[in-house]
Amino acid sequence: SVMTRSCAGFALAPQGLLSRSVPHSFLSFASITGACRAIQKLTRVRVVDNSALGNTPYHRPPKCIHVYNKTGVGKVGDKILLAIKGEKKKALIVGHKMPGPTMTPRFDSNNVVLIEDNGNPVGTRIKTPIPYILRQREGEFSKVLAIARNFV
Amino acid sequence: ISSDGKPAKFQPPPKPVIIDKQKLREERRFLSPEFIPPRGRTDPFKFYIERKDMIQRRKVFNIPEFYVGHVLAVTTADPYANEKASRFVGICIQRGGKGLGATFVLRNVIEDQGVEIRYELYNPRIQAIEVLKLEKRLDDNLMYLRDALPEYSTFDVNMKPVSRLDHEEVPVNKLQVRMKPKPWSKRWERPKYNIKGIKFELPERKMKEAQKWSQPWLEFDMLREYDTSKIEDKIWKEVSEGLKK
Repeated sequence: SVMTRSCAGFALAPQGLLSRSVPHSFLSFASITGACRAIQKLTRVRVVDNSALGNTPYHRPPKCIHVYNKTGVGKVGDKILLAIKGEKKKALIVGHKMPGPTMTPRFDSNNVVLIEDNGNPVGTRIKTPIPYILRQREGEFSKVLAIARNFV
Repeated sequence: ISSDGKPAKFQPPPKPVIIDKQKLREERRFLSPEFIPPRGRTDPFKFYIERKDMIQRRKVFNIPEFYVGHVLAVTTADPYANEKASRFVGICIQRGGKGLGATFVLRNVIEDQGVEIRYELYNPRIQAIEVLKLEKRLDDNLMYLRDALPEYSTFDVNMKPVSRLDHEEVPVNKLQVRMKPKPWSKRWERPKYNIKGIKFELPERKMKEAQKWSQPWLEFDMLREYDTSKIEDKIWKEVSEGLKK
């Protein structure tokens, strides 16, 4: 029954049978894998910028298919490959559910910002708060930081 | 002229009641929970040196008295923040750790995104801790706010500090929080968590089933008792003398 819930689930949000245009309704399902709360292959993520690709509803949630890292575990500031709407797109992790070092924020959802291969963000605005740690790599992420509104 | 016809007797005004606030403050002692050493076989000297360092830090930087459920605003020094200082407002959901590694977790919901930050009380990066709202809750651990409706964790970032009434008692907020539909991150209805601050809207059958995991013998277990009253008195005297110097 867990499998049927996840397959049929995107249109069938648990809050009711209304089809939701907000793509993060899938996050309120039972967590199928609870072990590593950072981002690795097959984690469902939430796209937080206002790009069309991230915000149009689709029957499958965006999933990570590769982490550009020595270990396969993605933390804040790592680039990953997402599978969204049947296409592959690179993205930058801006927050995850896993508790990190003290004095750093921990978010309630795995947040991701869509990015091109050269590092340019696809969307034009990021409303959700972004951790200040990303400012350390100002060179690589300057354009993403420029469109971010709130910092935590 | 009084009711019996005789002239009214002179009633002197009632004596003013002088409340000595200094005495009240001393009577109400609050020892921060990280001063109390955990039960174990470590040399008490280690805790003594740690307490000396903690008192040293408290002399330089004021750590206010706060409990789980208070709304705090913490300003930290951050090299990557503009103006080099970042301010975070949130409700304290947990206080953990002992000694210099004592931490507390603040939670807030900003732009529909729940954010939690674990701060270390004695970290030199912290520049200010202000208590914005004083209220204790029914539980010691408010981790269930993650599964509660987001309105219970949202606090305005530009909230003004609510004025402190008395130096008497911290008010207890008997709020019963409404939860999001199950599944939750933990099964909060189970007696192991002993949560009184949730309004469980689960059917009776589920509540009865949760009681299957109750361990009623735990409260009578004598080996688990850790009586801290005498230790607390000693440490309170040490801390207050250290702070006065």
